[in-house]
Amino acid sequence: MQTLFRKFFYGDYGEEKNLAAENNQPKQTISEWPLWEVFIRSKQGLDHKHAGSLHAVDAAMAMENARDVYTRRSEGVSIWVVESKYIHASNPDDADALFDPANDKIYRHPSFYELPDEVKHM
Amino acid sequence: MGTNFEEQFQQKIDQETKIEPKDWMPQKYRHTLIRQISQHAHSEIVGMLPEGNWITRAPSLKRKSILLAKIQDEAGHGLYLYAAAETLGISRDEMYEQLHEGKAKYSSIFNYPTLTWADIGAIGWLVDGAAIMNQVPLCRSSFGPYARAMVRVCKEESFHQRQGFESLLVLSKGTEEQKRMCQDAINRWWWPCLMMFGPPDDESPNTLQSMQWKIKRFSNDELRQKFVNMIAEQVKVLHMTLPDPDLKWNEEKNQYDFGKINWEEFKQVLQGNGPCNKERMDARRKAWEDGAWVREAANAYAAKKSIAS
Repeated sequence: MQTLFRKFFYGDYGEEKNLAAENNQPKQTISEWPLWEVFIRSKQGLDHKHAGSLHAVDAAMAMENARDVYTRRSEGVSIWVVESKYIHASNPDDADALFDPANDKIYRHPSFYELPDEVKHM
Repeated sequence: MGTNFEEQFQQKIDQETKIEPKDWMPQKYRHTLIRQISQHAHSEIVGMLPEGNWITRAPSLKRKSILLAKIQDEAGHGLYLYAAAETLGISRDEMYEQLHEGKAKYSSIFNYPTLTWADIGAIGWLVDGAAIMNQVPLCRSSFGPYARAMVRVCKEESFHQRQGFESLLVLSKGTEEQKRMCQDAINRWWWPCLMMFGPPDDESPNTLQSMQWKIKRFSNDELRQKFVNMIAEQVKVLHMTLPDPDLKWNEEKNQYDFGKINWEEFKQVLQGNGPCNKERMDARRKAWEDGAWVREAANAYAAKKSIAS
């Protein structure tokens, strides 16, 4: 028997429900601190990039924990933290419908156009 | 329908496409990963205890700072891994509960005592050395969050091994007493370190499926052999020996032969009868219980602030 999990798992990319907590009665205590996602800019000029997650009661604590957990060796010059429940993520099951339309538009790529050699760099 | 999903899943794995938390996965893949990642996380957390034993007694401020930084790293590694396991749908509190109730295992190595300062060097060189052997292939694990956590861990782990070796190197050039202490620590940690790779391949029931799912990349025995080959060379630099009369270079196989591992001891430690099992679990539970008021106070403070705003 196959059981299909079609829940939105929290963690890496947003969450809706905690599966283990939902499947069996909630083992997760109400005292567990909320989950946050951490994004770090490694140096000026680069984007913030997802580094991982952590638990904290509020933004200030999330920021301090992010510094201690994810930047012990000067991996960052700037940190964003956002509570995981505020992240909306696309569903992998919809990936085909979402991203397919881009596949047949090869004319969006520069390599689609053949130009004479004399043009050199363009 | 079911097989179809499973076939597609295996196809992705065969093509080295990473599996991400929201993708479909067989239940057993999920459970195997939750078990492996959470036990790995527990090992990092419990692993702080034997080393913590020496923070206040480190021989110099330099060694104390290094040890503190190393232990802080272990805490960090535990946190990366707990977060990776949580993406599979288990809560942090549930994992803690499994550890504190003795349902979840952690690496058997941490049930051995740290009797002298040299043990801290031996842990860095041998225990972390063995851990690195295990962990480097895990950076290519098929589950994305686990692989990414392992990349972070491995980057930091190399400092752990080097500081351990360097600290033993200092002892190995010291007084007769220091040399004896160094050799004694190596003697005591060597065999338990070989056990860290787990039971031999023919007795390791999970290996085959885990290899097919690319959760594991090498078998226990393969990794153990690589470790022996590496350490047998490095120990010469220390002018020390490994406590194994059967350790010998095998020209034909191009690897070191080594003696029989005492698997009975391994089983005993796993079953909770190692020298420090009880002490470690007591320390973990005490830390959790003593921290309860902090967790509650932080919650109360956050609640109060959110009402005020």
